[in-house]
Amino acid sequence: MAERAALEELVKLQGERVRGLKQQKASAELIEEEVGKLLKLKAQLGPDESKQKFVLKTPKGTRDYSPRQMAVREKVFDVIIRCFKRHGAEVIDTPVFELKETLTGKYGEDSKLIYDLKDQGGELLSLRYDLTVPFARYLAMNKLTNIKRYHIAKVYRRDNPAMTRGRYREFYQCDFDIAGNFDPMIPDAECLKIMCEILSSLQIGDFLVKVNDRRILDGMFAICGVSDSKFRTICSSVDKLDKVSWEEVKNEMVGEKGLAPEVADRIGDYVQQHGGVSLVEQLLQDPKLSQNKQALEGLGDLKLLFEYLTLFGIDDKISFDLSLARGLDYYTGVIYEAVLLQTPAQAGEEPLGVGSVAAGGRYDGLVGMFDPKGRKVPCVGLSIGVERIFSIVEQRLEALEEKVRTTETQVLVASAQKKLLEERLKLVSELWDAGIKAELLYKKNPKLLNQLQYCEEAGIPLVAIIGEQELKDGVIKLRSVTSREEVNVRREDLVEEIKRRTGQPLCIC
Amino acid sequence: MPLLGLLPRRAWAALLSQLLRPPCASCTGAVRCQSQGTRDLSPQHMVVREKILDLVISCFKRHGAKGMDTPAFELKETLTEKYGEDSGLMYDLKDQGGELLSLRYDLTVPFARYLAMNKVKKMKRYHVGKVWRRESPSIVQGRYREFCQCDFDIAGQFDPMIPDAECLKIMCEILSGLQLGDFLIKVNDRRIVDGMFAACGVPESKFRAICSSIDKLDKMAWKDVRHEMVAKKGLAPEVADRIGDYVQCHGGVSLVEQMFQDPRLSQNKQALEGLEDLKLLFEYLTLFGIAEKISFDLSLARGLDYYTGVIYEAVLLQTPTQAGEEPLNVGSVAAGGRYDGLVGMFDPKGHKVPCVGLSIGVERIFYIVEQRMKTKGEKVRTTETQVFVATPQKNFLQERLKLITELWDAGIKAEMLYKNNPKLLTQLHYCESTGIPLVVIIGEQELKEGIIKIRSVASREEVAIKRENLVAEIQKRLSES
Repeated sequence: MAERAALEELVKLQGERVRGLKQQKASAELIEEEVGKLLKLKAQLGPDESKQKFVLKTPKGTRDYSPRQMAVREKVFDVIIRCFKRHGAEVIDTPVFELKETLTGKYGEDSKLIYDLKDQGGELLSLRYDLTVPFARYLAMNKLTNIKRYHIAKVYRRDNPAMTRGRYREFYQCDFDIAGNFDPMIPDAECLKIMCEILSSLQIGDFLVKVNDRRILDGMFAICGVSDSKFRTICSSVDKLDKVSWEEVKNEMVGEKGLAPEVADRIGDYVQQHGGVSLVEQLLQDPKLSQNKQALEGLGDLKLLFEYLTLFGIDDKISFDLSLARGLDYYTGVIYEAVLLQTPAQAGEEPLGVGSVAAGGRYDGLVGMFDPKGRKVPCVGLSIGVERIFSIVEQRLEALEEKVRTTETQVLVASAQKKLLEERLKLVSELWDAGIKAELLYKKNPKLLNQLQYCEEAGIPLVAIIGEQELKDGVIKLRSVTSREEVNVRREDLVEEIKRRTGQPLCIC
Repeated sequence: MPLLGLLPRRAWAALLSQLLRPPCASCTGAVRCQSQGTRDLSPQHMVVREKILDLVISCFKRHGAKGMDTPAFELKETLTEKYGEDSGLMYDLKDQGGELLSLRYDLTVPFARYLAMNKVKKMKRYHVGKVWRRESPSIVQGRYREFCQCDFDIAGQFDPMIPDAECLKIMCEILSGLQLGDFLIKVNDRRIVDGMFAACGVPESKFRAICSSIDKLDKMAWKDVRHEMVAKKGLAPEVADRIGDYVQCHGGVSLVEQMFQDPRLSQNKQALEGLEDLKLLFEYLTLFGIAEKISFDLSLARGLDYYTGVIYEAVLLQTPTQAGEEPLNVGSVAAGGRYDGLVGMFDPKGHKVPCVGLSIGVERIFYIVEQRMKTKGEKVRTTETQVFVATPQKNFLQERLKLITELWDAGIKAEMLYKNNPKLLTQLHYCESTGIPLVVIIGEQELKEGIIKIRSVASREEVAIKRENLVAEIQKRLSES
């Protein structure tokens, strides 16, 4: 024991010596000599047990995506991207980190959740918190005045993760935004149309899109008697109405945030209302609200919006909801949030948590914050909360016991006898060169049964079996894994036959 | 700004690059708007990137690989001491009271961590993702601090050299498919390198240092490398000369045979193992039809510490400079090798999982393709819109909204201008500038007659279609083109 301790001490000292030499920029030769000594000492010590004590894990709030999860993710992204492209969006990408100053002051209370990079002597950097601020920075930087773009990428928030409910510290966002000065509410309506198309195509159940407007909220607070200084904080209380009851929200506003009870009651009269365009009409007649210029602007825009949504065929999915008061500071006009409607739990299925799966709104002032002359570029957009959707889709597949293939392999090249590796290598190469997705086992002499089992586990539909007799006859045995039917195909016809069976075009385009 | 005058070519190209970059609105000289060594990818860049990544991923899938992903950062202790001399180039996250984290430096160490963590013994996987390195960015060479890697790896205990050969087959398929011109894959083996050093008399403590000198032979002349080894790394001159005899050799399988007969190497057990494996490898590569693209090159000595067996690197062969084209020297475009000891470093019991893999240097490939497009003045479409919904009259917004909904609901990619009363000419110009092939026009006349006009943007031919047949007619036209 003492010997080991002594050795460890020597290793430590030698390590320090080496570090010191490197810092002093001593000659490479000298450093090497000392490193050599260090390595010899370490070798004497044997395997470093302290190294094996660390826990193998991903950082808190993050996770790997297994092949199965990747397959689900790919399916979901496919639906989303197809929809974005259908609406004529271009795609961009931005770096994972921004200058710290770019992100500062854009997220209000949430700014403390930003991941900073260590000051390593260069610029101060932070990991992006969303895709909207980088977008605004991109627009200002490139002096763009109009663009319709989507961006799918991971963002980072040092939140309290709730991984079972799909809340992580690293998670994907799928954003679609329209920047530019256009005739009112047309782009806004298209954003809602896109949200509906995506949520319908994903087949994750019935959903509802709540819509409100920042100006209506602010106007409503004003006429109810909320002081300017309390606006944002009352906003975030009201925002909790989708999760907690009105009683609790009222208690928070009065008890914790110092709001007068009668003011809270007035707010309560409004925020518990939701409906279709008729509610918009009703509020336009509201004696108090109609006196407020801001609220009237918002109501006017919502009325126009509902007209367009009707033409888009989605008005039945939209609800004007006065309790919608989304967290982020930069919204200036219409705001919206899509929620899945609770389905009664089916046998064996966990009741899926309520929560938004998509959201967005209009933010006309953000780009101006990056432009040196303060030039504004109005923007409206949406963000799909895919992490929640991934878990829902995964759960659904598990409940249905649907098998998700993690590879797309169409053919396994197998051999029936020993010493046929060469032939397998030649054949699989032919298939790859013809664009066919094929595999072989990395064994010189695999058993046929093992090869067939591999196909069954991986879901590979066809096997091309090479046998001594068949080689002599110039044929390959093509076997369907599910039906177990086998047929001899001439070597020169094999590629065509496989393509025919797998529905592939005959030319590689 | 460097002094103008006799600048080396790289500097001219760097200057040109800066001039061609779009001006930065909020950059007032002192204030940077974007982190050094990183860049946004505009829609034009993304189209090129997506095409290339599509090709790479199709190839990986064709070989039966499963996709996977890992977080952008790992626990600092996971990444520590895996990268040898390059460790100083890692981005650390600030200590904000939680775990100590660093941005991932490559996709291989996270893969090894994944295998150990999930006790996976066999896996064939691909991973496309960004990695981060605090290097000196060099925009000319397409080297950024944030860049994309495309990795393919086969983990597991298998019969020798079959997976290794498949990796090389994949590299060839990808590089051929990208049509970047002729390429060559250099192959060597860590055991041959180590055995050769030992046989030449290099002291063990100098192995890694001499290795990194030898690795520079693709950029520097032998005499300069020899000078570095002798003068800066303290290698005896006669040892350096012995090394020189070997590292200037490259060839096909016949060179492997030749080395078997080499008096010094054949005495070295390690080198013999390496040579045996290379011989077998060449057999398989011949069956795969790619032997003529592979060169056994004794000067190949790649940087990373964790390779244990075969190593390879693909380079594009210099095409003679065409008029106006910069000779593109981007170094290797793909590389990889066998690394049998890495997973064991993560396993508490040290259980090994042998691995072999490759990484496609897509950033360099993007750079080459983008340069070529710039030279040819090629422009690409950045949207896939098929149909534009237009009107020649005022007060037709509602009709356009109804019509476009019909198209979207039928899965057709369609756009319209966000204007209540756009001019027809403006709408047609929009189609031309964005490459939209078809326009559907609705106006008072059409509404009365219950028809829609379909116009081909290229030919300007117009034809009237009954409203109810519109979707079918458009789908027919789109499938024909």
